[in-house]
Amino acid sequence: MAETTTPWSPGEDVIEVQRGPTPGGLGSAYRAFGATLRGLRTTFLRLPEGHHTWEYPEQKTPVYPRFRGRHKLHRFEDTGLEKCVGCSLCAAACPAECIRVVAAENTPDDQVSAGERYAAVYEINMTRCIFCGYCEVACPFDAITMGNDYELADYERSDLIFTKEMLLQDPPEHTPLRREGE
Amino acid sequence: MESTLVLIAKSILIFVFILQIVPIILWAERKMLGRFQSRLGPNRVGPRGLLQPLADVLKLLSKEQSTPETAVPWMMAIAPVISIVTAVATLAILPFGPKDAWGGDIGLYGMDVPIGLLYLFAFGSLAFYGLVLGGWASGSKYSFLGAMRSAAQLISYEVALGLSLLGVAMTAGSLSVVDIVEAQGDMWFIVPQFVGFLIFLVAGFAESARAPFDLPESDAELVSGYNTEFGGMRFGSFFMAEYIEVVIISGIAAACFLGGWHGPGPEALGPLWMLLKLLAGVMLFIWVRATLPRLRYDQLMSFGWKILLPLATLNVLATAVVLVVT
Repeated sequence: MAETTTPWSPGEDVIEVQRGPTPGGLGSAYRAFGATLRGLRTTFLRLPEGHHTWEYPEQKTPVYPRFRGRHKLHRFEDTGLEKCVGCSLCAAACPAECIRVVAAENTPDDQVSAGERYAAVYEINMTRCIFCGYCEVACPFDAITMGNDYELADYERSDLIFTKEMLLQDPPEHTPLRREGE
Repeated sequence: MESTLVLIAKSILIFVFILQIVPIILWAERKMLGRFQSRLGPNRVGPRGLLQPLADVLKLLSKEQSTPETAVPWMMAIAPVISIVTAVATLAILPFGPKDAWGGDIGLYGMDVPIGLLYLFAFGSLAFYGLVLGGWASGSKYSFLGAMRSAAQLISYEVALGLSLLGVAMTAGSLSVVDIVEAQGDMWFIVPQFVGFLIFLVAGFAESARAPFDLPESDAELVSGYNTEFGGMRFGSFFMAEYIEVVIISGIAAACFLGGWHGPGPEALGPLWMLLKLLAGVMLFIWVRATLPRLRYDQLMSFGWKILLPLATLNVLATAVVLVVT
């Protein structure tokens, strides 16, 4: 394009603005009347369509498999031992500093985890958690993962500090997962 | 003239009627709005959400009635009363049937005032004092703006409303709403007075301060306009007055343009027809509310003065010419 393009003739790419008729006067009132009728038709056509909303507490919005919800702590399926060895890497990675880990030594009588140590205390303060998933990434044993449940509301703040027992258990409710391609 | 006892009975009946129909309209509005917006509307309280208005009223009753420090308390107390009294008083002229529809000498209306339409305008204008006083007495800027808006709206639309009904009154040769309905035995006035009907609808929307003319309480920019500072049943009264106003405008539209109690079937069915037409009008109100955005303040003014008023005047002139010629 070697044509001379001056600032006031910007070329073919620029399309002239399509302006509506100037407002005002009876013509405007007539057009507004027509637009009103079209608008009324538009809303009326929504009636036979039915609703597009979910009735939430009964119907839950399914989440994607990688949705980051309520954390889970895992056990080994064969031995039943906890995967967490209390290394506190998750607590170190946590930007919200909501994880508290207190480690303790495993003894032959009391073998809790597969490693030398285990997490005697493992608490996640759900009021502070930002669900970033860094704990999951930091964990060398895949002991903590992010689950799919997002219904975490409660009445007391103290109830929102999730203990190790709560995190090890199966979550009380299961959020539906999205099917493939949904 | 009916005996005092009959009049009292009729007043009670009107009260019962309006106290029953307002919650139904409230529920229907929320349900319909939901459907128009592709959602369900209230469906938790009672079957199909039918008890939702009751729950709302119970909530309002339990609320505190706070008064701002800058407010004028006694004016804040009487403003909702003005609103609701004028609204209920106007209901008296809504005719549901002729004098002998259900036998006896009892007309199915509160009273047949010879100056029916003037009565409507008188109380319609008084109703705005409720809003203006309420807004001004609140001592809040938002309320004050809302009150100013309702005053401006009243002046802009009352004239057009009057002129739109003037054509009807001229054609029927009477101001009494009952006479006007009786004059529509052959043809409903919506046919010869179609322009008048449209003007009445638009002005009626403005008169009842409903969308798209809900400038006095525009919740987007004025929080809630004149009733921002009102809580509890004072707010509830304003709210109810607004819905009664909707019923009145629909009822007057049905009586003055849609033939009132005239309809197929025996004359005893008249009240049913009137009620159906009235409810159709209410549905239209809801439909329009779901559709149209609120007008800007200056748009409202210029629409009222530059379009509606000339159009209404022309309509009256044309009606007058036609009446004289024929």
